Amino acid sequence: MTGDPGLQPERTRLAWRRTLLALTVVTALTVRQALGGGGVGAALAGAAVAGWAATLTSCWGRATGSGPVRTGSRTMPVVALAAAGAATLGALSVLTRLW
Amino acid sequence: MPGAKRIIGVVWESVRRWFDPRELRSVGDPPDYRFSLANERTFLAWLRTGLALVGGGLAVAQFLPPLPLRHLREAIAVALLLLGGVVAVRAVDHWARTERAIRLGEELPASRFPAVLALVVGLGALLLVVAVLAGGVGSR
Repeated sequence: MTGDPGLQPERTRLAWRRTLLALTVVTALTVRQALGGGGVGAALAGAAVAGWAATLTSCWGRATGSGPVRTGSRTMPVVALAAAGAATLGALSVLTRLW
Repeated sequence: MPGAKRIIGVVWESVRRWFDPRELRSVGDPPDYRFSLANERTFLAWLRTGLALVGGGLAVAQFLPPLPLRHLREAIAVALLLLGGVVAVRAVDHWARTERAIRLGEELPASRFPAVLALVVGLGALLLVVAVLAGGVGSR
């Protein structure tokens, strides 16, 4: 079908790995920020770790190449909402430290 | 309020569309998979841009000493975090609309968002340069 059967899926896999790595770093920073905020902070940190684990589980096939290559997958909205969720939890963690 | 109801309807419709792969696969023809993968990588690059903004916001909150203006540090952090979240949500919306256009053989959706984001980031950087210069002169 194409002249480059290997490269396109490979590049996409690597892009997924970079993205999941970035999400992991952001999650670590969110947890670090949240843990200074008492009980509410601990709950926010727990939510961040749970969201990170769920995202990693559902996107693992894309990052390792075991998942099918096809359009219209749910992994795209899942990982985008994980990033937006990390932003929300981070903002809440910053705000809880002010009170 | 019919206006608010309409907006909620549009938002709900978009969210439903992002999460329903069957609906995306039902329109048009299956494209050359390389186009889909390229669209996917563009989405991931946007997502990393958003994550970089989120990480920057968290770094500002955690590693910057408190600024002379009260809560300015927290305000900068929250602004960066919100901007990162907006970039992420817009990334998935743009990915879905592009995928749709590819399948239908239409023109790709145009967007002002990159220009707006560039202006916002540039303006923020300019403000910080002014703040640093003013702070440096003031402390002397």
